Amino acid sequence: MQSLRDTWLLFNHYLTMTMRNPVMVIVGLFQPIVQLLLFAPLLEPIANTEGFPEGGSIGVFTPGLLVMLGITGSLFVVFGFIAELRAGVLERMRVTPLSRLALVLGRLLRDVVMLLLQATVLVGVAWLMGLRADPAGVALSMLIVVLLGLLVSSCSYAVALILQDENAVASVLNFLILPILLLSGITLPLTLAPNWIQNVAGVNPFAYAVDASRALFIGQFSNPAVWQGYLVMGVLAFLGVFWAVRSFRQGVA
Amino acid sequence: MIILETKELAKSFRVRGRLVEAVKGVTMSVQAGEIFGFLGPNGAGKTTTMRMLTTLLKPSSGQATIAGIDLFTNSRQVREKIGYVSQAGGAEGASTARENLILQGRFYGLSLPDAVARAKELLAALDLEQIADRPSSSYSGGQRRRLDLALGMVHKPKLLLLDEPTAALDPQSRAWLWTEVRRLNAEGTTVFMTTHYLDEADALCQRLAIIDDGRIVVEGTPDDLKRQIVGDTITLGLQFQPETGQQVQALLQEQSYIHSLEYDEQAVRLVVDRGAEALPKILRLIDDANVHVQTVELSRPSLDDVFLKQTGRSLRESAN
Repeated sequence: MQSLRDTWLLFNHYLTMTMRNPVMVIVGLFQPIVQLLLFAPLLEPIANTEGFPEGGSIGVFTPGLLVMLGITGSLFVVFGFIAELRAGVLERMRVTPLSRLALVLGRLLRDVVMLLLQATVLVGVAWLMGLRADPAGVALSMLIVVLLGLLVSSCSYAVALILQDENAVASVLNFLILPILLLSGITLPLTLAPNWIQNVAGVNPFAYAVDASRALFIGQFSNPAVWQGYLVMGVLAFLGVFWAVRSFRQGVA
Repeated sequence: MIILETKELAKSFRVRGRLVEAVKGVTMSVQAGEIFGFLGPNGAGKTTTMRMLTTLLKPSSGQATIAGIDLFTNSRQVREKIGYVSQAGGAEGASTARENLILQGRFYGLSLPDAVARAKELLAALDLEQIADRPSSSYSGGQRRRLDLALGMVHKPKLLLLDEPTAALDPQSRAWLWTEVRRLNAEGTTVFMTTHYLDEADALCQRLAIIDDGRIVVEGTPDDLKRQIVGDTITLGLQFQPETGQQVQALLQEQSYIHSLEYDEQAVRLVVDRGAEALPKILRLIDDANVHVQTVELSRPSLDDVFLKQTGRSLRESAN
């Protein structure tokens, strides 16, 4: 009960803070929207190539961008967080009787809500550009986005608590982000890739999220990629949140 | 009544495979109602001890209780009883003082109207009303410190823990903080504070413990510590004749309160018990022998002397 109250309290607080200064939310949307406007048209000529998945260029690209938004948008929550660590805000909260679980969940809930807001805007823009996806499929792929956001946000917080330094975190992110994005088949589908890349991508969990969203967008609810995507993201999100909760409990903040 | 008690509290960290013993064994007790100073150079283990006492760190071994509650098995209950102001403060810069205080009140389970009322009360008490609705990132160092203190007092804690409360404050804010700590103490709050300023510990604390290299080296009232360790120094400037030094030495030889005596061509230096009482007796003896006293200087030992004696180092050297 107390955890619920405290989570709600912190969620409201963080949401208010974010809405007061929504720069990061807008910046987070900028990249996927630019990709949609400037890169999606480049895919059109190859949309009829053999090996290009069903759904047309924008129908294939948008679900990928949703995953990209989930990854990049959630990674950048850590920058504000590290500033907070340095100002002793988290430490002050940890000396109050606040539920330890709420310290994490309140944040994650805010991150997920902001991500859903961004994802809705992104799909809206894609729709204006001619996306005609299965509405139920789009709604269900939002659940993938939520799981993905939970996973990436919680891992970011845990890593931030270990490193406690913006520069170190930025280096780690830069190191990871490009291979993750390329091996997820977000920009160009992996079905076009040589075998060895497909094999490497097979161990990239984000590739599962992309495949599942693509299947959902074209209404293939019974495609095995869908349950596989939910399963992989669900398990990893759970582990990620578990890791974050542990780090907040012990964190040397 | 004891409000805070620790027994052999110790913490070691593993840093790059090496075991670092930050706190080796802290045993102390703080009485309800006092201002207790925790004094030591940087790196002595003050902050690590503070982090254990505020439930932020689990100790490697040893015990601690606050108001009789075990700090590590019942952390949640302990958190309700203590207020903590860290060195960094911990106010949220993007929020105003009022918002910070209301939220902090909610953290302690106050209803929204109660939290609003309490925030108002604290803003008035700490003279923050005029800036209450500005983002706290715009405050001066002194204003920020007042907000930090208010945040630690939201739930009227029995025990207030202050980590280096006056570090990096201007002299005026420092004086204000001393007054405020005394006022809170007079209203019944027990204060436990770390500091590396000796004058602060001397002026503010009723009792103190000195920590060095992870252990408490001495605990007591500032006066006790000073008395038990050094004794007072008396310097007499005399009108010297060739024999004066020996003469004075002979006169004072029998006096049991004198620990040591040395002289040169200008002055006689004595280390004595209770200098203020010894001085008139000494002057009378010398005067009776027709030795003319020109100047008298009595100096009481400082806490720095205590520290030097206990650790072999000056606190000022260690701090740098």
